[in-house]
Amino acid sequence: MSVLVDEDTRVVVQGITGGEGKFHTEQMLEYGTNVVAGAVPGRGGQEVAGVPVFDTVQGAAREADANAAVVFVPPAFAGDACFEALDADGIDLVVAITEGIPTQDMARVYRKLQETDTHLVGPNCPGVITPGVAKLGILPGNIFSEGNVGLVSRSGTLTYQVVDNLTNRGIGQSTAIGIGGDPIIGTDFIGALEQFEADPDTHAVVMCGEIGGEDEEEAARYIGEHMDTPVAGFIAGRTAPPGKRMGHAGAIVSGSGTGTAQSKITALEDNGVPVGDTPEEVADHVEDLL
Amino acid sequence: MRLHEYQAKQVFADAGIPTPASQLAETVDEAVDAAEEIGYPVAIKAQVHVGGRGKAGGIKLVESKEEAREAAEDIIGMDLKGYHVSKVLVEEAVDFVNELYVGVTMDRGEGRPVAMVSTKGGVNIEEVAEEDPDAIAREHIDPAFGMHPFQARKVVYEAGVDREVANDVASVLTTLYQLWDDRDGADTEINPLMITSDDEVIAADAVMNIDGDALFRQPEIAEMGEEAAEGDELEQKADEYGFDYVRLDGNVGIIGNGAGLVMTTLDLVDYYGGEPANFLDVGGGAKADRIANALDMVFSDENVDSVVFNIFGGITRGDEVANGINQALEQFDEIPKPVTVRLAGTNAEEGMEILNEDLVTVEHTLEDAVQRAVEYAKEVEA
Repeated sequence: MSVLVDEDTRVVVQGITGGEGKFHTEQMLEYGTNVVAGAVPGRGGQEVAGVPVFDTVQGAAREADANAAVVFVPPAFAGDACFEALDADGIDLVVAITEGIPTQDMARVYRKLQETDTHLVGPNCPGVITPGVAKLGILPGNIFSEGNVGLVSRSGTLTYQVVDNLTNRGIGQSTAIGIGGDPIIGTDFIGALEQFEADPDTHAVVMCGEIGGEDEEEAARYIGEHMDTPVAGFIAGRTAPPGKRMGHAGAIVSGSGTGTAQSKITALEDNGVPVGDTPEEVADHVEDLL
Repeated sequence: MRLHEYQAKQVFADAGIPTPASQLAETVDEAVDAAEEIGYPVAIKAQVHVGGRGKAGGIKLVESKEEAREAAEDIIGMDLKGYHVSKVLVEEAVDFVNELYVGVTMDRGEGRPVAMVSTKGGVNIEEVAEEDPDAIAREHIDPAFGMHPFQARKVVYEAGVDREVANDVASVLTTLYQLWDDRDGADTEINPLMITSDDEVIAADAVMNIDGDALFRQPEIAEMGEEAAEGDELEQKADEYGFDYVRLDGNVGIIGNGAGLVMTTLDLVDYYGGEPANFLDVGGGAKADRIANALDMVFSDENVDSVVFNIFGGITRGDEVANGINQALEQFDEIPKPVTVRLAGTNAEEGMEILNEDLVTVEHTLEDAVQRAVEYAKEVEA
């Protein structure tokens, strides 16, 4: 078992004819992902990496039975691409990889999202992987291993680091979800934690947060009140100065002191979540929890 | 991206928000001429992105030509909290009876914009938000509809603004929201919005932060942003190279890929007793020349005594990184600062074979690499 992505996931890649879209479609296919279609306006009828291309996401859903979309569209058009995927009948998961989508575009997408049952992961994220089954996005498949630990993170490479620490000890993963580093994202920590809590094969969860916003604090309260599955945590950005954006658009401690690492760490610990000082220590905590 | 006050005021004025008479000056003579033309009293205001400009001596109120000259001489060319002042705004001093705060920003927790009004203007609004949150009235806006006229009125009345000026304040807020929406604002605010004894409203300050990811469709703003660019030399160099870079105070230089992992590397330097000198994210898929540029940047920071490279390859390939590091270091007769490298992920094995161990120290885990780099920094210090 797993969350969001399983054997029945049938992927349409939006932007499959672009450099990134094509490269990662090949990588996804190689990993065993069931990529059934691409969607690029004006390119219907073509093929990329043996995958048929449609002009619209709706066409891909109807003709190729796609039920999940991965967005590799450039930032200026990615908001619209998310809308298209959310609007298409039959698509129930959208994973937006694109980095640099204007925030106001995402506010509109977020508004649309409230009206649908579709899950949106991202944007500005590495994607979702269920090891041994399928990956949607750009995560390097070879570092993951099959198992029972769920992982949710705002950052791509930090996810790889923590997964590496787990895999090296023989601790496999059920599903890893990169929720993305932007100020406005679809699935947040709580959304991902709800999925893991409902999955009988996820026995523990690692949550990797970072400075900025208050999602981690809210997630900590959710864990305290609603979760039986144990969670271990990590927070990046303890040394970040206020007012400086640390790479991710969302990773910034505001001048008034909200969004600090300490506030997040305290909230997690107060709700029974052990927080590692190093990625290696996170793996120690997971080992204890299992 | 943040505009200067004089730029933001121009944008506000063009949209119909009342602003005081003002002129931009780059020399003392220009400033004095401007003051004479506007008529005293005038305020002379340093155009730099520094909070608390007034307290730091960057804003002076003057009553005469002599005072104007003196103030302009003091402010133009001064160093204000590390920023060089090259421009001042000479502005009519407004005789006010009340100061309000009016702002529009994105509430990231709610995923939609929020309009805010407070009668406690003229002071640091973040302090008000912390100490007396009820003093700020808030109204969330549905991005599908935009701000309804009633919402502007509602938030103004909820804030307790006097009925005599409420309509004018609501009108300013409506325009401010339009600007935020049309110009891809991140934060737009007026603090203070002054109320005169004649019940006129005037924007005495103007803040306009634009979403950097939206500049491709805001060419006019992007052009203003080039004028507004500041920051130290290294930060400007990082902009040219296209790196996410933040300069800090320590002596351990840090280069990595991916914001979360680079932040984690900084945190580990601190955890193991060192002090990070910078945040530098080379981004995804960095090729050899980009890696060499990153190393060049960190070497040129004179505070740096030791450098740690932490790359976890997803789309970034270890062999590319290793070639970049070799390429950058082979130019030196003597390596200026010790470099510790840790490669993991895609093609990491190949990368580690390529690395010239005469030039760098190779470590296999993140923790070991950081500890080694911290040790080197301490040796140099001692």
